[in-house]
Amino acid sequence: MRRTLAAAIGFASVSAAMVAWAEPPAGAAACSGCHPALARVTSPVPRLGGLDRIAIVRAMQDFRSGQRAGTVMDRIAKGFTDEEVQAIAAWYAAQR
Amino acid sequence: MRVGRREFLGSVVAVATAAALFPRPAFAQGAAPRVVVIGGGFAGASCARALRQLDPGITVTLVEPNTTFTACPFSNAVIAGLRELSAQQFTYERIAADGIVVARTSATAVDPHARSVTLADGARLPYDRLVLAPGIDLRWGALPGYDEAAAGQVPHAWRGGEQTLLLRRQLEAMPDGGLVVITAPANPFRCPPGPYERASLIAHYLKTKKPRAKLLILDAKDAFSKQKLFQAAWAELYPGLLEWVPLSKGGNVTAVEVATRTLVTDFGRHQAAVANVIPPQKAGRIADAAGVADRTGWCPIDPVTFESKLQPSIHVVGDAAIAGAMPKSAFAANSQAKTCAAAVVRLLRGSVPSTPKLINTCYSLVAPDYGISIAGVYQPSSGQLADVPGAGGVSPSEAPRATRAAEAVLAEAWFRTIAAEVFG
Repeated sequence: MRRTLAAAIGFASVSAAMVAWAEPPAGAAACSGCHPALARVTSPVPRLGGLDRIAIVRAMQDFRSGQRAGTVMDRIAKGFTDEEVQAIAAWYAAQR
Repeated sequence: MRVGRREFLGSVVAVATAAALFPRPAFAQGAAPRVVVIGGGFAGASCARALRQLDPGITVTLVEPNTTFTACPFSNAVIAGLRELSAQQFTYERIAADGIVVARTSATAVDPHARSVTLADGARLPYDRLVLAPGIDLRWGALPGYDEAAAGQVPHAWRGGEQTLLLRRQLEAMPDGGLVVITAPANPFRCPPGPYERASLIAHYLKTKKPRAKLLILDAKDAFSKQKLFQAAWAELYPGLLEWVPLSKGGNVTAVEVATRTLVTDFGRHQAAVANVIPPQKAGRIADAAGVADRTGWCPIDPVTFESKLQPSIHVVGDAAIAGAMPKSAFAANSQAKTCAAAVVRLLRGSVPSTPKLINTCYSLVAPDYGISIAGVYQPSSGQLADVPGAGGVSPSEAPRATRAAEAVLAEAWFRTIAAEVFG
């Protein structure tokens, strides 16, 4: 995943030692405003890092269609395309 | 790559000679690009951390004079006696531990041409990219009679800290039967639902401790954030206790008589036992000094990079920015900061920033166990950040109390989460 991103953004000329890049896809960085990035934070909102990619995609689709009731996710999911959801899900699934 | 590299080297005199000898990207030679972030609130601290996370090769300096940050979200609960101020306070120790240079001083000037920041002691801090996250300044004097000295008697409590506690103490000292008056400013201002959450939680305090007291909101507007939800909750929870006076009904305050705590409107005078003036605002002072604030007092930005539309290589995030449809909230500040950080890293590398998508979610408490929310998704459109059509909105108008209670729990969880990400 990271290799793909690195190639996609085209800085192959930069020395390998400098590469710590893991730029999140559009929208993904905002999720951690509510979804804790850190395991030690107590919250009813699930951590996304390491979740199953398909499960994230399905949850977003269900929130968007109204099949799944949400408090705010029903409103937020409607702002993302299928493509964006796929990219966000893949990015979080690849996190530890 | 070439343009970015030339810009970068142009500002780094010391490295320029070496770079000429070794015509490769400066980064590969160990000359770390320098990003200076001014302001250690939700926006600035988020941005500094995101920059380090995205590229540890960048030297990030966070300029912030305070050793403790006092958060505004949930400070209304402190005013209402539901929470202690210490729960709002965070230090910069963990941020420094990330390898961010925390400069405990204030920035007094910015030279956009030399690309340097002047610090309070006169020292100059060079940068390749500058991020301004100065938050708000209060427009002292915009409301006749209300200046900095007046705030010692009639608190604004619109920046967390001593002002928060002053308003709380005044409410505690007020006899039962007293009139509390809150004045709300015209748009735009920090935390659009904030005055109404504050009114709600003070009403909760009064209902519990001083049941004969009354609360009046004098508003310079005819509409406000989450209005229907707030008003339905007020009718249910605080009937006869809380009254909102909109602009069209004489809510616009034209002067403050501090000695008698009197709020003057075109329609009359209201003498308060406790007055809370939330004055008009503008971007924090350094924005003006850097030449990134326009006539409105706020900072126009590019919606992809948050780079100033007035000065190159200076980015503005958080409350100070004109972020289109995005409100001035801590969530928005954090979301913008991370977007800006990704753009800055790309620009330093001479690569093209990607089109972002941003989110905002704001919870308000109407009572300790009664929460409501507004959410939005944003994308660049016609040079501004615009709502993604069909997304976002407020909590349902008809909902069981269990839903309101769940949102109150989520509100607190949000604060813990964002505080941990930004300062923990």
